[in-house]
Amino acid sequence: MILISGRNLTLGYDGQPIISNLSFSVEQGDYLCIVGENGSGKSTFVRTVLGLVEPLGGEIVYKGGLRKNEIGYLPQQSGIQRDFPSSVMEVVLSGCLNRHRKLFGYSADEKNKALSALERLGMDGCRKASFQELSGGQQQRVLLCRALMATEKLIFLDEPVTGLDPKTSSELYSIVDSLNRSGITIMMVTHDIHPALNDARTILHLSHNGYFFGPKEKYFQSPMGRVFMKEAGHDHS
Amino acid sequence: MIIAEIFSYSFLLRAFIVGLLVSVSASLLGVSLVLRRLSMIGDGLSHVGFSALGIAAFFSLSPMAVTIPVVVVSAFLLLHISARRKAGGDSAIALLSSASLAIGVVLVSVAGVNTDLNAFLFGSILSVSKSDGWISLIVSSVTLFSFIVFYHQIYLTTFDPAFAKATGVKAEHYTALLSLMTALVIVVGMRILGSLLISSLIIFPAAIAMKIGKTYFSVSVAAAVEAVVAFIIGFVASYAFSLPTGASIVIVHVIVFILAVIIKSARIRLRKAI
Repeated sequence: MILISGRNLTLGYDGQPIISNLSFSVEQGDYLCIVGENGSGKSTFVRTVLGLVEPLGGEIVYKGGLRKNEIGYLPQQSGIQRDFPSSVMEVVLSGCLNRHRKLFGYSADEKNKALSALERLGMDGCRKASFQELSGGQQQRVLLCRALMATEKLIFLDEPVTGLDPKTSSELYSIVDSLNRSGITIMMVTHDIHPALNDARTILHLSHNGYFFGPKEKYFQSPMGRVFMKEAGHDHS
Repeated sequence: MIIAEIFSYSFLLRAFIVGLLVSVSASLLGVSLVLRRLSMIGDGLSHVGFSALGIAAFFSLSPMAVTIPVVVVSAFLLLHISARRKAGGDSAIALLSSASLAIGVVLVSVAGVNTDLNAFLFGSILSVSKSDGWISLIVSSVTLFSFIVFYHQIYLTTFDPAFAKATGVKAEHYTALLSLMTALVIVVGMRILGSLLISSLIIFPAAIAMKIGKTYFSVSVAAAVEAVVAFIIGFVASYAFSLPTGASIVIVHVIVFILAVIIKSARIRLRKAI
C-alpha cells in the first residue's frame, strides 16, 4: 500500500526550481533513505513532503488513510534550541498536540503513551531530566519519542546523526531500524552511507543532474549509486 | 499598616489590581517571547503605543480606543517582518521605535499643556480611570485565561515550530495569538508603567526565571511569581517613599535579576568545587 506519492514534482523556493520532474512513492513499511550532496534540494524535499512549502509544480498525494498530520518528524538539529528550558516529559508530551482535545493539561492516556514511548527507546530513566542537559544522542532519542507520540505510521528523520559520535550514531540507526521492523514507515535524509547500505530498502538520490529513485539493490548498480559509494570510500570494484 | 492604607484609596486599589494582572500576563508571555528571541518586540510596541497616545491626545480621543488597534496592528506587522527575514527584524523594530517616539513627542507637545508627557513616558497611577480599570481588567483576564488554555500549544510552537507545523498544529495561529496578547498587555500596562518601562515587565521575569528553572513549567511559574513579588514590593515602596511607581517596580526587577545572576554563578562554582 502506498502512503505518499509525488508525481512530476518541481521543487524549489522563491520560485527558483532546484529539481524537476521528480516522481517517487513511499510504501507502507518502507525504509526510504534520501541522499544527495549539499544544495541538491534535500531540505526542500523535506519541507515539501511535510507540507511546509508548496511544490512549484506537480503534486504530492497522501494515500492509504495517511493524513497530513500523521507524519512524525525529527527535525534537523539546528532547528531546535538546545538551551531551551524543558523537561524530557514536556518535550515528549508535546508530540501529541496534533490530536490533543483536552482543555487543560494532558490526559492520563497521553501521559501513559509518553511513558511507554520513553520506555521503548530506553529513556524511561530520564523522564524528569532537563532536556538541555542530555547528551546529543539522548536528545535525539527523546525527539524520536516525541515523533512516536505524533504518529505510529510514518516518521520522517532529517539528518538525525549530525554531530553524534559513531557509536551513538549506530545506536540511533539500530533504534530506527527496530521501529521500522515493528511496522513504522521510515523516511530519512542522511549524509551517511551506512543506513543506506545496511537498513534502507529504497533510495532517493537527489543531485544537480537529476535523481535516482528505486530499490537499494538497483541503486548500488546504477551509475549514481556507484559514484556515491566511491565518494564514501566504499569502492569495491 | 501601609498596605491597608494603600487599599483605602480606591484609585490605588484599582491600579494595584490592574498592575498585578498585567505583571503576571506580561511575565508569562515574556517566557515565550524571550525564548523566541522576540523580546525586542515588546519594546517596539510600547513605543508605538506612546505615539498612539500622542495621536489620542492630539485629537482628544479616548486613549484606549486609539492605542489598542494601533498597537495590535503593529504587533502583527512586526511579527510578520521578523518571521520573514531573520536579519532585518531587529532593525525594523528599532526604526519603528524611534519613529513612533518622535511622532508621539511632537503630537503631545502640539496638543498642549493638558497632556502630561511624563505620565505617558514613565506611567502614572493616577492615569488609571474607572473605565480604563475595567478594560484593563477584562483584557488581562482574557490574556491570562487564553495563555493557560493554550499553554502547551504555545510551548510547542516556541520550542519547535517546524515540528508543530509538520504534525498539523497551526503554529501561525498561536504565534498570532501570542502577538495579540502581547499587544494588549502592553497597551494596558503602559498606563501604569509608562511606555519606556513596560517592556521590562516582559523581559525581566523571564530572564530571571531562566536562571533558576530548567523546565518550561518551572520557568513559567518562577516568572509569574517573580513578577508578582517585584510588583508588590515596588508598588508599596513607591507609596512609602513617594517614588515613581513604574521605575520603582523596574528597580526591584533589576535587583532580583542581579541576585539571580550571583546565585547562579555561585551554584555553578559550588558544583565544580564538589
